[in-house]
Amino acid sequence: MNDQVPLFRMEGISKRYGGVRALESADIEIYPGRVHAILGENGAGKSTLIKVMSGVVPPDEGRMLLDGQDVTFADPAAANAAGIVCIFQELSLIPELSVADNIVISNPPKRFGMIDRAAQRRIAEEALAGAGGDDIHPSTLIKDLPLSRRQIVEIAKALARKPRVLILDEATSALTASDVQTVFGVIKRLRSQGVALLYISHRMHEITELADDCTVFRNGRKIATYKAGSKTDDEVVEMMIGREYHHVFPPKPEPKASATAPVLEVRNLSWTPRLSNVSLTAQAGEVVGLGGLDGQGQRELLLALFGVLRGTSGEILIDGQPARINSPLAAKSDRIGMALIPEDRKTEGLMLPMSVRDNLSFAALNRFSRGGIIDGGAERSAIDDVIKLLAIKTDGTAVPAGSLSGGNQQKVVIAKWLMRKPRIILLNDPTRGIDVGTKQELYQLLRRLADEGAAIILYSTDYDELIGCCDKVLVMYDGAVTRTLTGAEITERALIGSALNIGGGGTGSETPAVA
Amino acid sequence: MSEMTATPPARIPLSQRIDVPLVTSFICIIVLLIIGSMIQPGFLSPAYLLQQFKVGAFLGIVATGAMLVILLGQIDLSVPWTLTLGAMMAAAASTYGVVGEVAAIPFGILCGAGLGLINGVAVAYLRIPSMIITLAINVVAQGLMVAYSGGFSPRDSATPAMRWLGSGNIGIVPVAVIVWAVVGLLAVLLLRYTVFGRSIYGIGNKEAAAYLSGIPTQRVVMLTFVLAGALSAFAGVMLAGYSGKAAQSMGDPYLLSAIAAVVLGGTSILGGRGKYVGTIAGVIFITLLQSILGTLQFGEYFRQVAYGVVIVAMLLLYGRDKVMR
Amino acid sequence: MKDFRFWLNGQRGTLVALVIFILMFAVYLSNHPAILNNGYTVQGVGNVVQTAANKGILLALIAIAQTFVVLTAGIDLSVGAIFILCNVVASFVVVTNLGAAWGIDLGPVLGPAVGIVIVLAVGALCGALNGAIVIFGRLQPIVTTIATSAVFFGIALFMRPQPGSTPEFAKALGKFMLGKFGGVIPASMVFLLVVVLLIWLPFRWSTLGRATYAVGSSESASYMSGVPVRRAKFLAYVLAGLFSGLGGLYLTFVTSSGQADQAAAGGYTLNSIAAVVLGGVSLFGGRGSAVGAIFGALAFLTIKDLLFVFNFDPLWQPLFQGVVLALAVAIGSARLFQVRNRLEVFG
Repeated sequence: MNDQVPLFRMEGISKRYGGVRALESADIEIYPGRVHAILGENGAGKSTLIKVMSGVVPPDEGRMLLDGQDVTFADPAAANAAGIVCIFQELSLIPELSVADNIVISNPPKRFGMIDRAAQRRIAEEALAGAGGDDIHPSTLIKDLPLSRRQIVEIAKALARKPRVLILDEATSALTASDVQTVFGVIKRLRSQGVALLYISHRMHEITELADDCTVFRNGRKIATYKAGSKTDDEVVEMMIGREYHHVFPPKPEPKASATAPVLEVRNLSWTPRLSNVSLTAQAGEVVGLGGLDGQGQRELLLALFGVLRGTSGEILIDGQPARINSPLAAKSDRIGMALIPEDRKTEGLMLPMSVRDNLSFAALNRFSRGGIIDGGAERSAIDDVIKLLAIKTDGTAVPAGSLSGGNQQKVVIAKWLMRKPRIILLNDPTRGIDVGTKQELYQLLRRLADEGAAIILYSTDYDELIGCCDKVLVMYDGAVTRTLTGAEITERALIGSALNIGGGGTGSETPAVA
Repeated sequence: MSEMTATPPARIPLSQRIDVPLVTSFICIIVLLIIGSMIQPGFLSPAYLLQQFKVGAFLGIVATGAMLVILLGQIDLSVPWTLTLGAMMAAAASTYGVVGEVAAIPFGILCGAGLGLINGVAVAYLRIPSMIITLAINVVAQGLMVAYSGGFSPRDSATPAMRWLGSGNIGIVPVAVIVWAVVGLLAVLLLRYTVFGRSIYGIGNKEAAAYLSGIPTQRVVMLTFVLAGALSAFAGVMLAGYSGKAAQSMGDPYLLSAIAAVVLGGTSILGGRGKYVGTIAGVIFITLLQSILGTLQFGEYFRQVAYGVVIVAMLLLYGRDKVMR
Repeated sequence: MKDFRFWLNGQRGTLVALVIFILMFAVYLSNHPAILNNGYTVQGVGNVVQTAANKGILLALIAIAQTFVVLTAGIDLSVGAIFILCNVVASFVVVTNLGAAWGIDLGPVLGPAVGIVIVLAVGALCGALNGAIVIFGRLQPIVTTIATSAVFFGIALFMRPQPGSTPEFAKALGKFMLGKFGGVIPASMVFLLVVVLLIWLPFRWSTLGRATYAVGSSESASYMSGVPVRRAKFLAYVLAGLFSGLGGLYLTFVTSSGQADQAAAGGYTLNSIAAVVLGGVSLFGGRGSAVGAIFGALAFLTIKDLLFVFNFDPLWQPLFQGVVLALAVAIGSARLFQVRNRLEVFG
C-alpha cells in the first residue's frame, strides 16, 4: 500500500497475560512521514501493542524490524535508544523533579561526568518551544503543574529524545481545546520532518484530522489496515465493535413541568478561585449535563456538591430544604442520597486489589449491617442483584476488582453506588477510556435511572454524550456557568460555541457564531 | 491492566487459590517442631508446647494490634514504651489501696489507649506519617516513664489479678493463652464481619476511594491506633503479671518481633491484605524459633544472626512484591 | 529572579533546618558556662563548638546514610546496626600494626589507612546486602532492614561480646580527627564539609543521583522514562552502608574501643529518622538533601545541649526530646489544614 520501505515493522506479535490473549499474531508497518492511527475498543490490544513496541513488555512470539533489521528491546530505555519513543496514557513524569530535569531524564547532558545544568536548560527550553509550551518555566516542579500542562511537558520530553518513531497514546485526553490544536500542529510538523507517528485515540474527529493510515484492532487481532478517508465512520465503528452500530443513545422523554421542589438546587456555589456563583437545579428524572472545555470547574463543582471541598460558599437545597454537606459520608446519608462516580476509577472509585464483592458493598455496608455487624446473606443477595442489573462480566465475586476490564470496572463503580439507591447521581466523565459497547449500556442505564426518579448530573468531555444523554446542559467557563442549553438547543455547534465563550456568554437561546 | 482481561479469565491459577504465605508459614512451623523435637527431648509434649504458647501469647496480643495498624498501611513504632507504660501504670495504680488494685488493669490499658489516641489523632487528622509520629510518641512515653520512675525500674509490683493473667493456669492451659485466644477471636470477628473491619481493609488498599465511598476514614484510622495502643498496654499489663513487676526495657523485644510475626503471616506491610490466622502462624513461628535458638548452646550473637536470616529467607520464599513489568 | 525563587523553593527544608540549628546553637552558646564565665574568647567558643561537633558528626553521618535510602522512598532501619558493626570492626583493624599477626606489619601510617578501607568496605557491603535483598529479592525495605540489622548486630556481638579495644588502636589518628584546625575549626566539621563536597554534591549532580530522586518520587514513571531504577536504588543502599560505616569509624575515634551496644544501635537508627525529618527530607521520597539532614542532626542534638545549659533535670531530658520531635513533625504537617480539596491529603 506504500512504495516506501517501512521504518518499523512488526510480524506475528503475540502476547499473553496468564491465560488471556492480549495480542495475537499482530502485524503492522509504520512509515516515515506518516501518521498511522490505531483504532479499537478498550481491550482490543492497542495498549499491549504499544507496550511491546516501546519495550515495556516483551512479546511472546513474533519479531520486530527496524530499518529491516531484527530488534528486541529489554526495557523502555532500549527502545528509546533505538529511536522509538512513547507518550504514555499514564503519564511518565516524575512529580518531585523540575520540568527540565524531566525532559532530559533518560539522557542528561553531561560535563566532567556531572549533569550540565546550563545545557539541560537549553535542551528543555528548545523542547518546550517545540511542543507549544513556551509558557512553562523549566524550573517548575512537575507536581506544581496542572494536568494539561504536564501533558505538554510529556510531549516536550519525547521531542527532546529526537524520536524516529513517536507513539502517542491518548495524548490529548487531558488537554484543553487550545492545547489540542497546538499538539496537532506539533504532530503535523513532525510528520513533515519525516518522523513516523503512531496515533491512538478514542476521538474519531482527531483521527479524521490527522491520520494517513489506519489500523483497526479487535480482541487482540488486527482486523484491517486502510488509507484514511477510504471508509465511512459507520464502517469503522462496525469493524471496531464487530456488529451493527445504531441508536447509541436511548430516546429522551418529553420534558414535563414539575410541581414539586427540585431534588437538588444549588444557589451561588463558589469556591475561589475555581468556582464562582454556580446555580443549578435538577429535577427528579432529569439528566443535567455539564459542558464546556475541560478544566473549567466542572470537576470541582461535583466535588463541592459531594462535600469534598473545604471552604465553599453558597447554598445547597435538597427537596427545597437547605442542606449542609461537608463530607461524602454526609452526602450519601439517606436524607440527601447522593452518589459520586469519581474521575479516576482506579484510585478514587475502586480498591483494585480487593474483591469485586468487597468493592460493590463498600459504600452501602450500613444497609446490610446491624450494630456494625455485616449480614453476609443480605450482602450477597444485593450484590448478585446488582451484578445482574448491570450485566457485570466477572468470574465470580471473589476475584480482585483490578482483574476486570476497564468497562466492567467502571460498572462496578456505578453499581456500588446503585446499591444505595441514590436519588442524586453525580458522574465525572464516566465513559473515559471505556469501550463502545459498555458506553452504550451506560447510556441506557442513565436514562433508566432517571426514569426511575433519580436526578443525574453528568460531566462529560465528549460532546456527543452530552447531546445524546442530557435534558439540559450547563456550559461552564472559568468556574462559572456561562450558558444553559435545553432540549433541542443542545447541539454540537452550540456546545462548542458557548464552551469557547464566544458571544459574551449569557443564557440566551440564540446560537452564537462559531469562528 | 484492562487489556489483559478483555474476557474474564478462564481459570484462577493454583497459586492464587491457595494462600501461599499461610501454607508456607505452617510448613515452616512443622519444620521447627521437628527440629525442636530432635534437639530437645520433650519438645513436643503438651506441657512444653503450652509453656511456649504462654510466652507467645504476649507477642500474639501485641501482634494483633500491630496487624490492625499494618492493614491500614500504617505502622506503630510506639509499641515498646506503650507496652512498658501500660505495665508501669497498672503496677503504679495497684499501690492505691483496694480501688487501685481493682482498677489497675483497666487503668494500664486506658493509658495505652491514650497514647494510641495521640498517635491516631496525629495520623488521621494531622496526617503526620505514622512512622514518625509513633516513633516520637515512643520517645515521649519513654521520657514520661523515665521521669516517673527516676530512671530505675519501679518497685511497684503486679496485682494478683495481673499475676493470674500473666502466669496463672486453668487446668493445664495457661490463662495468657486463653486471653490471646479471646483477643484473637475478637480480632477475626472484627476483621471479617464488621463494617469497621471492612473499612480497615478499604483504607489500607486505597484511602481516597474509601473516603469517596463515604467511609469516615479519619475516625477508623484513629480508633485503630487506639485499639493498637490498648492491646500493647494490655500485653504489658500481662507481662508485668508474668514477671511480677514492670521493668524499664520490657517492651524492647516486642516491636520487631510483632512486625515480623505479622509480615511472616502474609500481611502486606503496605496495607490492605492479610488474614489474622496468618498472624497467629507468624507468632507461633517466631516463638518457636526463639525457643529453639535459646535452647541451642550458642551465644546471643547466633540467635540474632539466625533470627535475621530466617526472616529474610522466609520472606524471600513468599513475601515478595510483584514484578513491575 | 524567578530562577532564584525556584531555587529557594527547592531548598526550603534545608534552609529551615539551618536556621533552626543556628538559632538554637546561638542560644546554647550564649548560655554555656564557659562563655558566661569567660566571655566570647576564641578558645572558649572553639572548645564549645568542637565538643558539639564531635558529638554531632556521629548522628550527622548516620543521618546522611539514612537520607540516601529515604530519598528513594525506602527506609533503612539497619543504619544503627551497621554503625555498631563498623565500630567493632574498626576497633580491631584501625591499628598501627595491621597485619603483624601474619607477619606483614603495615606500620603506623599504611596500617590504619588499610584498616579504614576495610571498615568502609564492611559498611558498604552491609548496605549492598540490604540493597540486593530489597531490589533483587523484592522485599519491603522496612522488614528487610529490621531483619538484616539483627544479623549485623549479631556479628558485632560475636566479635566483641564484651566492650574492648586493642592497645595498638590508632589513637593519634583519632585525636587528629577530633581535634581543631588553627585552634578554632573542628576537624570533624571540616571532614563533614569534605564529605559533602566530595561525595554528596557529585552524587547530587550525577545521573544516578538524579535517578535516586526520580525513583523516590515515582518509581513507575522512572521506569517508563528509562531511568536506571535498580542501579539507583542499589547505590542508595550501598552509600547508606558506607556512611553508617563512616559513622562507626568516627565512633571508634571518639571511644577508642568497640562495643556491641544494642541501645546505641537502636537509638542512632531512630535518631537518624528524626534528623532527616527535621532536615526537610521527605519520607515519601524524592525530596530533600544530605545537607538538610546534617543540620537536622545537629539541631536534634542541640536540644539536648540546651537542656544541659538550662540545668534541666536529666531525667526529663528524654521526655523533652520526644516532645520536641513530636511538635516538630506536627508543625511540619500544619500545611494540611490549608488543604481545601480533601482528596489531596491522600496523595
